[in-house]
Amino acid sequence: MSEARTPPAAPDPAARPVSGPPESLIGQRLPRPDARAKVTGAAIYTDDIQLPGMLYGAMLRSPVAHALIKRIDASKARALPGVKCVITGQDVPAIRYGNWRLVPELQDETVLATDKVRFIGDEVAAVAAVDKDTAEAALALIEVEYQELPAVFGVDEALADGAPAVHDEHPDNLSLRRDIDYGDLEQAFAAADYVREDTFTTHAVSHAYMEPCSALARADSDGRITLWTSTQTPYYVQCLLARTMELRENDVRVIKPAVGGGFGGKMELRPWDFCAAWMARETGRPVKFTLSREEELATGRRRHPVKITSKIAFRQDGTILGKEVTAKLDGGGYNGMGPTATFLIGNFGAMLYKVPAYRYRGIYVYTNNPPAGAMRGFGAPQALFAGEMQMNKAAEELGIDPIELRLKNAMEPGDAIPGVATIGSCGFRECLEKVRELSGWDARMAAKLPGEGLGIACYSFISGGVFNWFNTRYPFSSAEVKVFDDGTAQLTTLAADIGQGSDLILCQILAEELGLKIEDIRLVTGDTAACPQSDLGTWGSRVTLMAGNAVRDAARQVKERLAEMVSLKFDLNVIHEIACGGGHVYSKSKPSRRIPLGEAVAMAQRANRGRPLKASGYYTPRDVGLVSPAFSFGAQVADVRVDLETGLPEVQRMFTVHDCGTELNPMAVEGQLEGSIQMSLGYALSEELLMDRGRTLNATLLDYKLPVAEDMPPSVSETVETYEPEGPFGAKEAGEGLACPTAPAIAHAVHQATGYFCRELPITPVKILRHLGREI
Amino acid sequence: MEPRTITLTVNGDRRCVAVRPNLTLVEALRDELHLTGTKQGCGTGDCGACTVYLDGRPVNSCLTLAVEADGRSVTTVEGLAPSGTELHPVQEAFIAHGAVQCGYCTPGMVMSSAALLSREPAADEPSVRHALAGNLCRCTGYTKIVEAVLACVGDGSCGAHGAAAAEGKA
Ligand code: FES
Ligand code: FES
Repeated sequence: MSEARTPPAAPDPAARPVSGPPESLIGQRLPRPDARAKVTGAAIYTDDIQLPGMLYGAMLRSPVAHALIKRIDASKARALPGVKCVITGQDVPAIRYGNWRLVPELQDETVLATDKVRFIGDEVAAVAAVDKDTAEAALALIEVEYQELPAVFGVDEALADGAPAVHDEHPDNLSLRRDIDYGDLEQAFAAADYVREDTFTTHAVSHAYMEPCSALARADSDGRITLWTSTQTPYYVQCLLARTMELRENDVRVIKPAVGGGFGGKMELRPWDFCAAWMARETGRPVKFTLSREEELATGRRRHPVKITSKIAFRQDGTILGKEVTAKLDGGGYNGMGPTATFLIGNFGAMLYKVPAYRYRGIYVYTNNPPAGAMRGFGAPQALFAGEMQMNKAAEELGIDPIELRLKNAMEPGDAIPGVATIGSCGFRECLEKVRELSGWDARMAAKLPGEGLGIACYSFISGGVFNWFNTRYPFSSAEVKVFDDGTAQLTTLAADIGQGSDLILCQILAEELGLKIEDIRLVTGDTAACPQSDLGTWGSRVTLMAGNAVRDAARQVKERLAEMVSLKFDLNVIHEIACGGGHVYSKSKPSRRIPLGEAVAMAQRANRGRPLKASGYYTPRDVGLVSPAFSFGAQVADVRVDLETGLPEVQRMFTVHDCGTELNPMAVEGQLEGSIQMSLGYALSEELLMDRGRTLNATLLDYKLPVAEDMPPSVSETVETYEPEGPFGAKEAGEGLACPTAPAIAHAVHQATGYFCRELPITPVKILRHLGREI
Repeated sequence: MEPRTITLTVNGDRRCVAVRPNLTLVEALRDELHLTGTKQGCGTGDCGACTVYLDGRPVNSCLTLAVEADGRSVTTVEGLAPSGTELHPVQEAFIAHGAVQCGYCTPGMVMSSAALLSREPAADEPSVRHALAGNLCRCTGYTKIVEAVLACVGDGSCGAHGAAAAEGKA
């Protein structure tokens, strides 16, 4: 068939006009396909699943912070009618596990305590019974004899000579060190006109995701395990559950139902995952665990409390010459994700500004507090609280406007962090300029009123990590794309939507590539047995960039096959560019040469004797440094009024300008930013896990005080347009980096309003009043 | 503890359940009646995820014993929409405004919002924020939730739907 003889495409009133590019889905405010099920209550979360014969599980936790287990006797519990299984550390393999598979010495946890407990809440035993009441009653019947040991609850205390050792392998309680060095630091400090050193401490806060952790396991008839669990990393759970149960990875199937938020708190194998699976195999009945809110708050993972000392050298004109940071992380009883946090705090300490000479010394310290873990921002909120507070103080003492000081030192595209990364797209300067304008900064700084203040802080953040600490042998992200002769497509990926909306974004990316509508894409996800190996899950703002690139990789291979069909049908010159759009595959220069996508699929299948048209796509970051393939930036200003009588800081308004590259779906981006501001407002002002010798004093949501609708200040945000070459359609991180500036911006504003300079989060009325010399 | 049989009307249907006296309404709804749309975020009355209507009035079903619902009418999020294909205007607004992220707070938010709008069809922003102060959300910062509720204000049908659902007729 030659081009000349081809009749023009029949007019199709439903199709978009063939001239001009079809409307792009990129940048559209598309609503989420899962929203309907969520507003009607039809969405299924782990705890919503009930299987026939299902047993209820409960965990016995240590009531003491540090003790040897001398004896456990579960016989009375086992004898209680309705109890089907009780396990202790003696009944299961004492296999050490943890996300740091690359360095096995860092895997320091067993699923149940064997000889020792290391924090209040440490998991000691588990019960499965016919109902919740019986399971609870059985816990009370397990006799554990503890021999209490002296315990340590702060980093300095833990590091002191003669302090009791939390782990015998680490008599000094020092789990690990991370160092970063570049440039000539001695020279930098010698040449400086102005040097300052400050120490800051940050506190423990809870992720407080609304869905408490839940896990349901079933031993399949072939002896394999299926686990439904509330996780952001199904692949890690699969691998580590297999390891702890001494199974092959492929013998474990992990299914991630809808997840009610994670924020970093659901990215490890947890003891209840294991106990559900183990006891399901022992009893032959499904077993479900769901944590109480009290368990979540009192024993759950939390943001690392960190003590950070920062020393910084400036020239008189405000140029940063060098910086030296030491960080001591309170890790609690186990490593968890702490090694990564220790490394990242170092990186975040010098990612925002040009720092020619840098020294970082980070240590991860064991204590008898509940273990910390990854949480939104992962090291950055702590590093940037210290860094940004110090910048503001330096600006004041150098007599330079804080925004000017930042502009002078701001990272720019192409800047290198020596040996670590090269910054790709970067709209930091534009963010600073815009937030200055948006907040009326100059006018407000010129006319200060007592009790009122503006404060600024900034951030840079990663779009996914490149360091393979899990030691996976699979690609970091994978996607399989199938197209069908009815003009629809299927995307299969293990990328984990935990509420952030990445499912929609990935469908949007695929629909854009194939020129289809969102409704044309069926998504299969959240099942390690059905999805391609592998995807590392949701953390470090990696999904849009990494899984998005995997989707594009697969989509492009499929498109290539479809393009061949168009080329063949219309006998097109090889120089024709062939595109997908409006449900068709067409020549860009002669758009009338087009075939409906479904027909092109049918042709491709006929040409391949029925073989379905599908492709696998992958993404693994390579040759992009040690931290991340892309970096986002942003600047935030807080407008705060402090009641000088009560010391109460009230945020009047937040102004945010951010650079997240291309906004694939502005509604989704806004949602991320708005949620981040709530969480960070809590971090700054109201949220804190109050600890007394390892015991959490405020383990209810009432006492934990996360901000409610009435607490939220009005907030304005704007974007700076950049295009990130490593990201899909130019996109990069949104909503995680913003976990950083809110606390220092508010603290800076409080400083402007009252003179109180916060060195210890959170900012409370008591601390402000004490500074003002008021009776409390 | 001996179980007791209670009879209640749930989303318009009469249901009989044998419950232990200490069983909460949220547990009865979720575990016994398999109405898992209602969520339990805390169990202590602090998060509002478990909000349902008892005789038309919003309550935290984690603080209500199942036996208290004996002979009464309960509306859950499953009973809010007029039909399987048609949603309550608040539900539509939540979808359109991007007020749903992880969705765990959503059933409670939707129930509290619909109750507010049937009580106060012309609610303004402060009253919406006030009415939702018992419903915690960790994902959205409440911005789009408040926007969604305000978008229903002035929409007469919303008040009517809300009232109908609140009376257990939905
Ligand atoms: S579960 Fe009832 S208020 Fe939280
Ligand atoms: S949407 Fe996740 S808690 Fe509200």
